[in-house]
Amino acid sequence: MPTIKSSVAGHASATGEAHTHEMSFLRKYIFSTDHKIIGIQFLIMSLVFLLAGGVLAMVIRWQLGFPGQAMPGGGVLPDTMAPDGIVLPEFYNALVTMHGTFMVFFAIMPLLVGVFGNYLIPLKIGAPDMAFPRINMASFWIAVPAGIMMIAGFVVEGGHAAAGWTSYAPLSERADLSGVSMGQILWCISLIILGLSSILGSFNYITTVINLRAPGMHWFRLPLSIWALFVTAILVLLAMPILSGAIIMLLFDQTIGTHFFGPAQGGQPLLWQHLFWFFGHPEVYILILPAMGFASDIIANGSRKPVFGYASMVFAILAIAVLGWGVWGHHMFMSGMNPTLGTSFMISTMLIAVPSAIKVFNWLGTIWLGSVRFHTPMLHAVAFVSMFIIGGLSGIFMASTPVDIYIHDTYFIVAHLHYVLFGGSLFAIFAAITYWYPKMFGRMMNPFWAKAHFVLTFVAYNFVFFPMHQLGLQGHMRRIFDPNEYEFLQHLQGLNTFISISAFVLFAAQFIFAINFIASWFVGEKAPDNPWDDNGLEWTVPSPPPHGNFATIPRVYRGPYEYSSPLVQEDFLPQNRELPPQPAGSAAHT
Amino acid sequence: MAHATPTLEENMMDPPRGYEEGAGVYNEKLGMWVFLGSEIMFFTALIGSYIILRVAHPEAWKPPGEVLNVPLTAINTFLLICSSVTMVKAFAAIQDGNLAGLKRWLIATVIIGAGFVGVQVFEYIHLVNDGFVPSEGLYGSTFYTMTGFHGFHVTVGVICLMYVTWRAFQGKYSAADHRGVEVVGLYWHFVDLVWIILFTIVYLI
Amino acid sequence: MNWLLPPGASTFATEIDWLYYVILWVTGIAFVVTEVALVWFLIRYRARPGVRATHYHGNVKAEVIWTSVTAAAVLVLGLMSAGGWDRIKGRNSVPGDAIPIIVHAKQFEWQITYPGPDLQLGTADDFTVRNQLHVPVDRAVNATLTAEDAIHSFFVPAWRIKQDAVPGMRIQVWFQPTQTGQFEIACAELCGLGHYRMKGAVTVHSQEEFDRWNVNRGQLALGQ
Repeated sequence: MPTIKSSVAGHASATGEAHTHEMSFLRKYIFSTDHKIIGIQFLIMSLVFLLAGGVLAMVIRWQLGFPGQAMPGGGVLPDTMAPDGIVLPEFYNALVTMHGTFMVFFAIMPLLVGVFGNYLIPLKIGAPDMAFPRINMASFWIAVPAGIMMIAGFVVEGGHAAAGWTSYAPLSERADLSGVSMGQILWCISLIILGLSSILGSFNYITTVINLRAPGMHWFRLPLSIWALFVTAILVLLAMPILSGAIIMLLFDQTIGTHFFGPAQGGQPLLWQHLFWFFGHPEVYILILPAMGFASDIIANGSRKPVFGYASMVFAILAIAVLGWGVWGHHMFMSGMNPTLGTSFMISTMLIAVPSAIKVFNWLGTIWLGSVRFHTPMLHAVAFVSMFIIGGLSGIFMASTPVDIYIHDTYFIVAHLHYVLFGGSLFAIFAAITYWYPKMFGRMMNPFWAKAHFVLTFVAYNFVFFPMHQLGLQGHMRRIFDPNEYEFLQHLQGLNTFISISAFVLFAAQFIFAINFIASWFVGEKAPDNPWDDNGLEWTVPSPPPHGNFATIPRVYRGPYEYSSPLVQEDFLPQNRELPPQPAGSAAHT
Repeated sequence: MAHATPTLEENMMDPPRGYEEGAGVYNEKLGMWVFLGSEIMFFTALIGSYIILRVAHPEAWKPPGEVLNVPLTAINTFLLICSSVTMVKAFAAIQDGNLAGLKRWLIATVIIGAGFVGVQVFEYIHLVNDGFVPSEGLYGSTFYTMTGFHGFHVTVGVICLMYVTWRAFQGKYSAADHRGVEVVGLYWHFVDLVWIILFTIVYLI
Repeated sequence: MNWLLPPGASTFATEIDWLYYVILWVTGIAFVVTEVALVWFLIRYRARPGVRATHYHGNVKAEVIWTSVTAAAVLVLGLMSAGGWDRIKGRNSVPGDAIPIIVHAKQFEWQITYPGPDLQLGTADDFTVRNQLHVPVDRAVNATLTAEDAIHSFFVPAWRIKQDAVPGMRIQVWFQPTQTGQFEIACAELCGLGHYRMKGAVTVHSQEEFDRWNVNRGQLALGQ
């Protein structure tokens, strides 16, 4: 029986379950080095920010749907934001900025990477914990002050950052242009700190996946969720420092008078854009790759079938990650950069559609010839695929540079990004949460209410975001407080109001999920070890798993998708289940 | 049950035992290499921006030596390189189990490293007194940002070296386990390498 | 859901709108095929008692085919787009006889400088107007975009033109209106508090009307 070196899991797992660990509540649940607890800590923090980001969206939609009218409950807001509950233009700019910032950095990214990277990686590769459990703890506790700082920006003088989540210079660095000073500084410092948290997390994940796979867990036996999280961690490692560098330069321009992005002394506004998007494009693949990984695991399970073309799925993840570094200029087609660069970025952007398309076809191929169980995670995972198809296809319009001339900075882009980030990432997050909730909390979520949440969300979501394509095609720009200023947009007010009402319904539907999530934690049906009949290693241990995860390090004999194998009677075959030696020529797989 | 107390025969300088073959090095070493990847990207952002800005506006830079004290910094560079040598000697010492040698060479590295930072601070004070500040055009902006963040990384390195030295004095390192020494050494060499690049493009060109 | 574009009124609109509809058809077909397949598979292969899924790992030939088709389709769309991009934004695409104007974007207005009757910028008969763009129909106009403070973006939806105006840069954007009438300029890059109301009025005149307006304003500029 292989021993585990103490370098692996710090002192915490040194004794495991043979002793009762006399750890204080503080050490066990607050300053824990257990990857499972840290994952749940990120989950709570991220869900709070998801809610906050949603609230900000509701205020935005109120203003767009009912412009100039007093918002119900808006009286609680100070006069600097919404006197008598009527949203001010300057507050509106801060709202759109912070909605994007909260959602990208404090909700979606930590939900995908901080929560499931942490929770799943050691369990699914057969390790007792991450390679560096204390650094893992530090990663979470560094993210917390970053979050607090980002919220604090709302209450400082001048209001919060209001230059968009993309924070283009010179607007973002000149208080005389934006009216914002402290808020933008807090935005910068918060993201620098969050970047450190992310980088600490990423090198932990990478080291763990490389060095701590259980015996027999070859690279091509890893679940696609782990492949995706591993590759994503590499992207985080390499992309976040670029953002940190850029933000440091922005911060210095604002505070100590440097001239990186201000043209007065030779600085270049476009330099900010290049730096930001060089980070920003890998960032959006960070926001989708883990989602794709979860979808693969869950769709295979729901279809009771191996993933179609597993190796291609791996290569597609790698291709997306590599090609993703070469497309950043497609965010800058209208920026004034050399048009020849525009052409080359267009070609690279068109090409990156290919690996994503491969994944979509392979998900379809997985369901084909399957025996589909419609559990809630499967519903969300299938919704992910269908919404990602729309988001991906809409991207082709903007990849075409001439068409982008028209739709850049319009609601067509807003539609696209929400189809991939909400329709894509968030549905995959709902799939992952409903799927791994039993493992995390030892309880099942209520299936009826989970499905009700799914149906309401799916319908309302499409009513909100599909019409935004039309808004964009009519020329409706982004980030504008009152489209009625323009005659050519006035006829779209009805559509905007319809979208807003749908958005209120969408938001309300999330309370079903929130209540189900919280209530099930206390009174949900007790979860078995393997409620979904899944092959992964995490389902071979109790729900929730003990400290140290595995009583003995598992031995892996096959890949994770051997559903409906002819070798056994059950329609699933765990990775660590040893079978008697097969006769030559039988259907044995790697 | 997974037990983590290492046996006497286990060499902590080997890759973790009992797992599928990974990178072939122990976790902390792999982790530091991976982390350094992020540092490379960070300095790439700063240095890349510097290159872009300078190529577009070469007239914003003064000729080498006109503002910056090249001779002093050249000596400082040499010192930093020496500190990498002392670091290598520290590592070599403990590889052979020579704890006394480790302590000596670590102290030397700390002193030289701290000295490097001290000289940098001295240089900054002089430059500021002469009116060369971060807001002094593109030249000042890029100079202070690049060297300042490098200096920050050196300072963090010195602090980590001091911690490792303290642990050495506590007898925590041996031939069988000197991971902390190797890992801090890797970081230190990286910081030195970045400086060589910075010195060349900031002071000599 | 209306997938139709609003009427275009420039030479660019014809080219861009055509590309848009081509992409709409291609992506529309891809959409229908994949979504119908998805729904069909979910129904056809739903779990039924006694029926086991087929233990199938994939088909390399199928993958090669659909990957190649996808790659070919996007490459073709890319190449089709490249020509249009060059004609619209290419540095050498500006017609030699285009009327030069300067569009200076600042918080929160468009200051447009006209060359006057001599159609040369930098002469005494130049004049500047705020938030009003006057151009003749069927003539090329080449605008040099500048920005005073933040980044703005010069967007005339009816003409399908958009170009960021960046402080410290002089960026060309040219266009040729094909219809007379009234249109609007919108700012398409968040530029501060008044971004949402940074609009301008566009008047496309007949050539005679434009000449009259131009001479009139030019004389005012010369103090006559």
